[in-house]
Amino acid sequence: MAYIDRMRVMVKEGLFTDGDPPSLLGSHCAACGARHFPRHDTCPYCAAEDPEPVELSRRGTLWAWTAVTAAPPGYAGETPYGVGVVELPEGIRVIARLTESDPAALSLACPMELRIVPLHVDGDGNDVITYAFAPALPS
Amino acid sequence: MKRVVITGVGLHPFGRFDGTSTTDMGVRAVRAALKQAGVGRGGFQAAFCGTAYGGVATGHKVLSRLGMTGMPIVDVEAGCASGGAALMLAAGAIRAGQYDTVLVFGTEKMPKGVIRSSFFEPWQEEAGLAATPAFFGLRAQRLAVNSGVTKQHLAQVVVKNRRHGASNADAMYQKEVSAEEVLASRVVCEPLHLFMLCSPNEGAAAVVLTRDDRLELPAPAPITLAGAVLRSHLPGAVLSESTPLSGLVDDTVPPPSTLAATAAFEEAGLGPSDLDVVECQDTDAARELLSYEELGLCQPGGSAALLESGATGLGGSLPVNPSGGLLSKGEPLGASALGQVVELVRQLRGECGARQVAGARVALSHTVGRGANAGVVVLTR
Repeated sequence: MAYIDRMRVMVKEGLFTDGDPPSLLGSHCAACGARHFPRHDTCPYCAAEDPEPVELSRRGTLWAWTAVTAAPPGYAGETPYGVGVVELPEGIRVIARLTESDPAALSLACPMELRIVPLHVDGDGNDVITYAFAPALPS
Repeated sequence: MKRVVITGVGLHPFGRFDGTSTTDMGVRAVRAALKQAGVGRGGFQAAFCGTAYGGVATGHKVLSRLGMTGMPIVDVEAGCASGGAALMLAAGAIRAGQYDTVLVFGTEKMPKGVIRSSFFEPWQEEAGLAATPAFFGLRAQRLAVNSGVTKQHLAQVVVKNRRHGASNADAMYQKEVSAEEVLASRVVCEPLHLFMLCSPNEGAAAVVLTRDDRLELPAPAPITLAGAVLRSHLPGAVLSESTPLSGLVDDTVPPPSTLAATAAFEEAGLGPSDLDVVECQDTDAARELLSYEELGLCQPGGSAALLESGATGLGGSLPVNPSGGLLSKGEPLGASALGQVVELVRQLRGECGARQVAGARVALSHTVGRGANAGVVVLTR
């Protein structure tokens, strides 16, 4: 059997791009000005149709964080893992995994940046990847 | 407007009951409530059954054991507020003149451990973003930032409610705990330790509602259902119980519990300062403190001070969760709101013994959870 490279498979298509740098795929409502994540075809705030697709900022600041210490139902990745809320400059707060699983290593309003990280290896031997935020390196 | 009164309540204790079915528990609670109300099988014209995990026709299975009359039976799912939703529908139907007397009950057997909810998409579970305690932890941390709530405060909520629950024979946990024991239990999601989280469990509760002009012999004294409101959420709050993936940078979005409380107070013609006793959602210790603020029991940011004052303990000026709360009783989703109502009816009747709130005349029940769904019920005597 020929050797086949492990594929990178998104946990769900349409949430993020896996480029360098990566991005979160959102939308912007021209009618009310709200930004959305994930991307919507109807604005969840004002019900206007066809919001404009946008890529969201890759950098933001930490607004809330914790760590999950025991695997919740349906989860096959490593524990503990971080979960938090990152505030992006365009006025949106996004819930995401954090690469840091020790809450004591993070602080309120610390700069964060988007990463694409492996979650687990699925039944077909593929790397399942998802979006996460990591403490930002000084720019 | 027609006055709606509660003439009978019944309960199946909350806990774990292997070998007892969802139906068995419901039958016990319903039978007790009907007996107390003096209502026979033909004495009510409709039934609403709160349940989230009971499955198809849970209400029919219970009432099929008690002699069917062909009346409409509607199962109501509204997450943690299912019982409150059922109560709202029943009260509205009575006020509209559709029915004279309605049976409202809730019954539930929850799976053990962290609640798995079909609310989340499979990818959210796979990505680790469906961890319910993580959302509780994030809300608790924001409460620390906004209101100065510390881990010691969170531990004190547990100590208080477990002390109350120690005299409640229907509670799952009837043993007091110390703050040291709470803080020594393992961390589930910072800042929450295991003892700060309630246990999903099993139980049932039932209430009989009727129009007061139907009453002939009110014994025990009927309790007035002065307000019963269910509300969902407004978009924009990232840590809303609707558990969105994003929200706006806007801290002014009113939470569903505030929407429900405001409407229930208006319906009752009462306000927070009129309350004598409260049963509120304490799924986790921080949730109780958040509820103080969202229900208007204190100013925004004032929950830690209200707890520290001792006002919300038995003997204080506004005891909260005299039953022991969900932290002592556990949480059977479909039954938990009606369990609160049963406790408050007994409080208003003066039947609660060691945990009686002396002279209680106005009471409020509050549940909130997935959806979002927030239910607030105001009772008076």
